Amino acid sequence: MRKPVIIGVGLTPVGEHWKLGLRDLAVEALLNAMEDAGVDKVDSLYVGNMASGSFVEQENLGALIADWAGLGNIPAVKVEGACASGGAAVQEGVKAVMSGLEDVVAVVGVEKMTDAWPSDATRYLAYAADAEWELFHGVSFVALNALAMRLYMKEYGYTEEDLALFAVNAHANGAKNPYAMFKKVIKVETVMRSPYIADPLKLFDASPIADGAAAVIITTEEKAKEFVDKAKMIEVAGMGRAIDTINLANRKDLLLLKAAKVAAERAYKMAGVGVDNIDFFEVHDAFTVMAALSLESIGAAERGKGAMLAKEGQIAVDGDYPIQTLGGLKARGHPVGATGVYQTVEAVWQLRGEAPNQVPDAEVGLTQNIGGTGSNITVTILRRV
Amino acid sequence: MGKPMQVARYWRHFKEKYRLIGGKCKSCGQVHFPKRPVCPECGSQEIEEFQFSGKGKVVSWTIIRNPPSGYEYYKPYPIALIELEEGPLVLAQLTDVDPEEIDFGMEVEMVTRKIREFSEDGIILYGYKFRPPLK
Ligand SMILES: [Zn+2]
Repeated sequence: MRKPVIIGVGLTPVGEHWKLGLRDLAVEALLNAMEDAGVDKVDSLYVGNMASGSFVEQENLGALIADWAGLGNIPAVKVEGACASGGAAVQEGVKAVMSGLEDVVAVVGVEKMTDAWPSDATRYLAYAADAEWELFHGVSFVALNALAMRLYMKEYGYTEEDLALFAVNAHANGAKNPYAMFKKVIKVETVMRSPYIADPLKLFDASPIADGAAAVIITTEEKAKEFVDKAKMIEVAGMGRAIDTINLANRKDLLLLKAAKVAAERAYKMAGVGVDNIDFFEVHDAFTVMAALSLESIGAAERGKGAMLAKEGQIAVDGDYPIQTLGGLKARGHPVGATGVYQTVEAVWQLRGEAPNQVPDAEVGLTQNIGGTGSNITVTILRRV
Repeated sequence: MGKPMQVARYWRHFKEKYRLIGGKCKSCGQVHFPKRPVCPECGSQEIEEFQFSGKGKVVSWTIIRNPPSGYEYYKPYPIALIELEEGPLVLAQLTDVDPEEIDFGMEVEMVTRKIREFSEDGIILYGYKFRPPLK
């Protein structure tokens, strides 16, 4: 099969974009990525988006964005996997290139969340849970994660302060990222003083509702030579994707992200690497407890030891397991369907040696994008060519 | 979300939501809630109805302070994962309980309660909640 490489990235800052709509954000990121890659046309477009129909009453994003970006009569569709929509869209783009069907593919992840009232936004996000057996009972996404957080603390003896360290790390890194929503360093006390939104989960354990778009251009290693130098080519070396029960209550093991474990195993196998070869991890820290569970499920930590990595300082950029090197969902912001593409862009920066918060000599990076309460997960491994 | 919703969408789940009827696999004997078309344990499609006792224990819980729209009425309210006597977990609101009393392993029983209303002329949804057993 053909070797897929990313040759261009583009993005908008994450934030509350009152003046920009979904299409403005998506087109800006997409055109930036095409410019970065030096391409003026693409064979197809994959759009990662979770809930545009609910948030801005707009579906059919393939047509909307390709039309407004002036891409002509190309094939273009939306890819949806809840908050993992972005990661899934990247993987669909890679598959199209690998298969030989398409040579130059654009992927854009976009979400416009702040046009909705906060309580409606909470409802739309919960559409990724089980409508009949979870949302029906008035549960929010935050609450489902809070149920897991309480269990994780009890099972392994951690405190709220221990988990707060993930937020502290994300903010320390996000402070250096010009595209991050929060560029402010925080302390454990900042997290502890923030109000409970679903006990024991506090406001600062959670990622913010935000707007944003990020894009990548994917082609083959052979074709890439027409557009960019080798230093700008980043290989998509491995990828995996899996689902778990949509309803948290239907899981046998509530603290194992089985979908991430399976997806990571597939990605490691395809890339021919193990967890020890990975120089940094962009894991899905929508909630602090999810950062811990993610590290465990992808093999960076043993069961119950994910939060130990934070306590030992190993998750910082100069540690053995750097995570959220540009702020993660917590500080960069979490425009849900765009997040997986933001992670990809940030991994490309690291591997090109262009990151504002550079991991020294990064050769291989991993992104892990979670949809639902761990019900739909993508893992992608990127490597310098 | 004040819009009236289709009644059919809710009455098709009356058995589960009013009476806690789930499924039992005729092939491997596994019980599940809710009832599924395919047994997650063995893949069999021979599933019969199964009546749960409604007794269970709290496995984890939270207090919802920022509910999704449509559920503001009870805010703040406790939600729990409950392990039913017969095995499966179920997610539900806790009712008739002081949030301070809730703890791991607390015994609870199923009751039928109002879940939400859809505006003045809209339908009212009922379903299971769980409470500490009456002495
Ligand atoms: Zn069975």
